[in-house]
Amino acid sequence: MLAKIRKIIVQVDETRIEMGRSISPPTRKALAIAVIENPFAGQYSENLDALITIGEELGALLGKRCVEALGIEPSQAQSYGKAAIVGEAGELEHAAAILHPKLGAPLRVAVEKGAALVPSSKKRGGLGTAIDVPIGHKNAAFVRSHFDAMEARVSDAPRANEIVVAVVVTDSGRPLARVGGLQAHEIQGQDGLR
Amino acid sequence: MIEIRRIFTHVEDIHHEFGPVAPKPLRRGAIGVVLTNPFAGRYEPDLLPMMDALQPLGVNMASRLLTAMDAPAQCIEGYGKGAIVGAAGEQEHGAMWHVPGGYAMRELLGWKGDRISYIQGQGEAKTGQPGNALAIVPSTKKVGFPGCTLDVPLTHINACYVRSHFDAIEVRVPGAPLADEIVFILVMSTGPRVHARMAGLTASAISLWDGLR
Repeated sequence: MLAKIRKIIVQVDETRIEMGRSISPPTRKALAIAVIENPFAGQYSENLDALITIGEELGALLGKRCVEALGIEPSQAQSYGKAAIVGEAGELEHAAAILHPKLGAPLRVAVEKGAALVPSSKKRGGLGTAIDVPIGHKNAAFVRSHFDAMEARVSDAPRANEIVVAVVVTDSGRPLARVGGLQAHEIQGQDGLR
Repeated sequence: MIEIRRIFTHVEDIHHEFGPVAPKPLRRGAIGVVLTNPFAGRYEPDLLPMMDALQPLGVNMASRLLTAMDAPAQCIEGYGKGAIVGAAGEQEHGAMWHVPGGYAMRELLGWKGDRISYIQGQGEAKTGQPGNALAIVPSTKKVGFPGCTLDVPLTHINACYVRSHFDAIEVRVPGAPLADEIVFILVMSTGPRVHARMAGLTASAISLWDGLR
């Protein structure tokens, strides 16, 4: 593996009661984070292939860890998202290199299918910086009940020469979704939108 | 009395901290259960019934944490506990966790002590024999806002003076506790700090089996 990983973190957030109402079955979101060394820290590199490869590795690893943490079959995953926080000695484009070219394909394998865009966010930050990982339905981006986010944060990362990479997978939408729009049972799942 | 709103688990593998890469990463885990605080916004003199009612929750949380960590009980070397009380509560509400949080985790890890005397606050007679989970479970608690952090201390499960296992893990549940909530927390680890090298009592040198040394 090209990625030099210092830490891996896996979290599961399960909601059973929201606004006094029982949520059954509970909604569950899993977050997997890798803290990695940034091979281009402190220098400008025109070619970011190393980070693109690292993104591909982490898409598989973090997607699998999320699905395992939820204890579900890949086909039961409903929505996903990704994000990265680049330490001070890196540039925003480093996050883009990890997230956009190749992270998605292995993540889609981990959650089975995944016709829709994987929503993403990125920023630069320091130790303990939080990033809200956007979440959308894996097969149809317009499913309104599944627009959500999960906060990712590592207390001791990213150091200046590190990047925090986060992937979220859920087996559900928001706990009390009721603002209409396209419903999950109505999707065609062909164009990734509806 | 016990109303669970959310369950949040956190597991981390620490491969290194800029020193030699550990052959087997240190795994640390935390579980935070978000409960409705039935005493929010008022002074309740008698908290003991709630403390008793929390005991099955403690057992359940400890076992969920082990599952999340994918680690058998015999691999756990460090533990700790904590509580974050929402703004409409008081710190004493967090103190309800001392007994149910502590004994639940200790029993799960092999403690053979007398639960009744422990609950009654009478401590326990140490036998001086090797055993598991002999040490007090270190703890911390505070009143805090949603998403605030708590640095939960960890010490060795059999002898609290084992220096390599003095540790802490930052725990926070995004969005909790709301004013009328309490987050109860348990934490465990599978080994010493990843680059521990401060000498002192080592786990292999535990000899008194009194929970201290």
